[in-house]
Amino acid sequence: MPQLCTLPDDDFLDRLQRGAFDYFVDTMNPANGLIPDTSRDNSPVSIAVVGFALSAYPAAVERGWMERAEAVRRSLLALHFFRDSDQSGSPTATGYKGFYYHFLDIHSGTRVWQSELSMIDSAMLIAGMLTAAAYFTADTPAETELRELAELLYRRVDWRWSQDGQGTIRQGWKPECGYLHYGWEGYSEALLLYALALGSPTHPISADCYPAWTATYQWENLYDQDFLYAGPLFIHHFSQAWIDLRGIRDPFMQQKQSDYFENGRRAVFVQRRYTQLNPHEFVGYDRNCWGLSACDGPNGDQVGPRNPQLRVFGYAARGVPYGPDDGTLSPPSVLASVPFAPELALAALRNMLLRYPQLLSADRLTTSFNATLSDSDGQPWVSPGHYGLDQGIIFMMIENHRSGWIWQLLRGCSWLRDGLRHAGFAGGWLDQATLDQAAGATSR
Amino acid sequence: MSANFDAGIRTPDDAYERKRLAAVHPDSWNNPAPGGPYQLVVVGGGAAGLVAAREAAALGARVALIERHLLGGTCFNTGCVPSKALIRTASLYGEMRHATRYGAQMPDEIKVDFAAVMTRMRRIRSHLTSTTSVRLLAASGVDVFFGNTRFDGSDRLSVNGQPLQFDKALIATGARPHIPDIPGLKQAGFLTNASVFDLTELPPRLLVIGGGPLGCELAQAFQRLGSRVIIVQDLPLFLEHEERDAAQTLSDAFARDGIEVRLNTQAVAVRVEQGVKLVDLVSDDYHSTVSVDAILTGVGRRPNVQGLTLEAAGVDYGETAGIAVDDQLRSSNPRIYAAGDVCLEARYTNIAEESARIAVRNALLGGSERLSKLVIPWCTYTDPEIAHVGLYVREANARGIPVKTFTVPMHQIDRAITDSEEDGFVKIHVRDGSDTILGATIVSRDADDMINEITLAMVAGVGMRMLARVIHAYPTKTEAIREAAIAYNRTRLTPRVIARLRRWLGR
Repeated sequence: MPQLCTLPDDDFLDRLQRGAFDYFVDTMNPANGLIPDTSRDNSPVSIAVVGFALSAYPAAVERGWMERAEAVRRSLLALHFFRDSDQSGSPTATGYKGFYYHFLDIHSGTRVWQSELSMIDSAMLIAGMLTAAAYFTADTPAETELRELAELLYRRVDWRWSQDGQGTIRQGWKPECGYLHYGWEGYSEALLLYALALGSPTHPISADCYPAWTATYQWENLYDQDFLYAGPLFIHHFSQAWIDLRGIRDPFMQQKQSDYFENGRRAVFVQRRYTQLNPHEFVGYDRNCWGLSACDGPNGDQVGPRNPQLRVFGYAARGVPYGPDDGTLSPPSVLASVPFAPELALAALRNMLLRYPQLLSADRLTTSFNATLSDSDGQPWVSPGHYGLDQGIIFMMIENHRSGWIWQLLRGCSWLRDGLRHAGFAGGWLDQATLDQAAGATSR
Repeated sequence: MSANFDAGIRTPDDAYERKRLAAVHPDSWNNPAPGGPYQLVVVGGGAAGLVAAREAAALGARVALIERHLLGGTCFNTGCVPSKALIRTASLYGEMRHATRYGAQMPDEIKVDFAAVMTRMRRIRSHLTSTTSVRLLAASGVDVFFGNTRFDGSDRLSVNGQPLQFDKALIATGARPHIPDIPGLKQAGFLTNASVFDLTELPPRLLVIGGGPLGCELAQAFQRLGSRVIIVQDLPLFLEHEERDAAQTLSDAFARDGIEVRLNTQAVAVRVEQGVKLVDLVSDDYHSTVSVDAILTGVGRRPNVQGLTLEAAGVDYGETAGIAVDDQLRSSNPRIYAAGDVCLEARYTNIAEESARIAVRNALLGGSERLSKLVIPWCTYTDPEIAHVGLYVREANARGIPVKTFTVPMHQIDRAITDSEEDGFVKIHVRDGSDTILGATIVSRDADDMINEITLAMVAGVGMRMLARVIHAYPTKTEAIREAAIAYNRTRLTPRVIARLRRWLGR
């Protein structure tokens, strides 16, 4: 561990990015291309993790970590599976209306845990398909089929249906009870979902849907940072794994003279200030040990006599400054912040790894740890195994930090560009893309 | 455990209750003989009606007030007054249970004498009749009638058949709890705010249906007094009108108190088996049944408009929205005004009282005061308390007003830390690009008092720049308000301003 932590930044990140990528290589079901949610025994598939895998293969080809043909083969496995999957919406199907259930059996690919048809997780899966389609552009039968499948699967998503006639997109649906009515207000990771839904050539959401969502935003000055509030760090990451939000602005950000990328940077400052203040006096928190986000955490039966008063929350979306906060931190959320604030994120991660070497195994970060909940040897509670979502966001945000390659690739996706424009985004590369398009049309 | 709970509710017959009832509806009261046309007849003797009658009498008007049941209305008899008395005792028990948090020893045994808790509440309520009594009102020059009111025309009504003429009338009949239509609920029996304060025995297990202000306050109070409370709310968060972060903080506080929180959940059926109430709950596709000894409900409130024959007076109304009034509180009959819960969406005592003042001045003095000009704070008395004044962010967004929120978590405030009360925050919403305060939400143990400073600033037109100059006593929790204002001032130090300052300092 000390050796890893002393590596220069790019080597350090290279190891961690490769470690993250190998999660997909090591855990994929060779029969259907699906990837498990976690490395734990009997883990189901998370469709969002499959989206991350599909997004990671192209960059891995570029980095020489996977043969192009192998990447195409793995991608096609997954795309074939989703094309042929049961879309009846029955309780044991795989999806409905082009969306998919959040968790699937890794062998049969059918719904497990009575999980919901998840709009946001489906969007991340679709984003992965479009990433693959944007990269595998060779005129070969396999790559042509890959592109056709990705387009087919995107076009069949009925985004309009996901509105349920309401002003904004619903969070989920279940065959047993219909749409879920959880409040899904405020800034969230749904920006990607809205962009894909607005860009759809077949079933776009209504034009007023995006402003209806942004009307629930809160622009706050907290710890001297002006920022679009979202408590958990992952919210600031997920859409920006795919979309280059540097320098492009929707009407809300135009009014605030900021952008979502800058907002992510400020969210890092807010996290650091919170852990420095450490209102609940948790062990380990300081300006170089932060990362409150959605992650696994200890359960009540793991709270021993050493911490009888500690209230813990298991898997939860932890956030600042309003909580929930039980002393559990997510190292992957720190690493995923590297494009926003490289020096701060790397300093914190190195500090955390030096202090708690057990956070890393096989060059992969655990999803979370809790130093307040330590054992009799003073060792922190560490979540066992690895989470696919963590490895996915780590891989992509490191790549974007190192090369901007995934952002660049997705700038070329016309549907995503259309979606952003329909949402009112303008400026920066998006305007340039518009000019390029116009020039192309003129020259033709 | 629950076998001994007496679910029958009877108003306790003690000296305190006899004193209260003698003050707010004496048995021996004889309605006066009506004089000529009254300049103002007030229908309803709750918070709004009492204020209206007193104000009108003070102006020298000939005034009559008609009350159907008890003077003082919901707030005094079955609302704010008894609930706050109960919450104070519950808060004390809450502190006992968390004594170690303050470095204090937790008592070996925390024994709740619920009967004593309720006796204290009744004593306080009866004590306050010194300001709410029929005889006092009559002595101030108001003709007080008890009975049922029916309008017989645009300028006349009758009380138990006795006719009264009026130049102007004010309807302030308030609202009543709305009982959800749950199969089996009526047969099983339930509590509302009208009956819960008559309890003399603590329900060991209590289900609260509805997460509005009173439901939240009483859920926490009964949990702290020793009931095992389950609260069910058919929405993602409590207090649907409040800000997300405030409601989230409350959910966390409930969980810390040990309340079983069931959000996004509906109670769909109730039945009684062996004296125990079994309530079926549904949350999306998750079905469960809970066993309780008592059910407290009254989700939302419905305006009291029935039986008044408002049609005869040409007064438009709806069963849910109540009497339709304009911004000057005048109904569709220009002689008749309304105030308080019977016509307003925000059902708080201070709003009821202030609307009554406006209505009286507009009715008797030909004024044109507007309800929408008022700046009125309110508070939900949970722990922590949740107080609000002015606009919410969503309201500002809907009106196209650019809004920016200055947030100070209480964990940044010394006094909150010394008191181990770091949960909560002060959020002040300003018009972005200016220092004009649009509204504020405060979540803190003392939010009820803290919000008044923001209200004063808004009424006086004091902006964030001036607020930043107001020196506060140290250490106090209200420093959070000044800290927010100081944070505003720091945002004025743009890089250009700082560069200028540097140049000037370095000259």
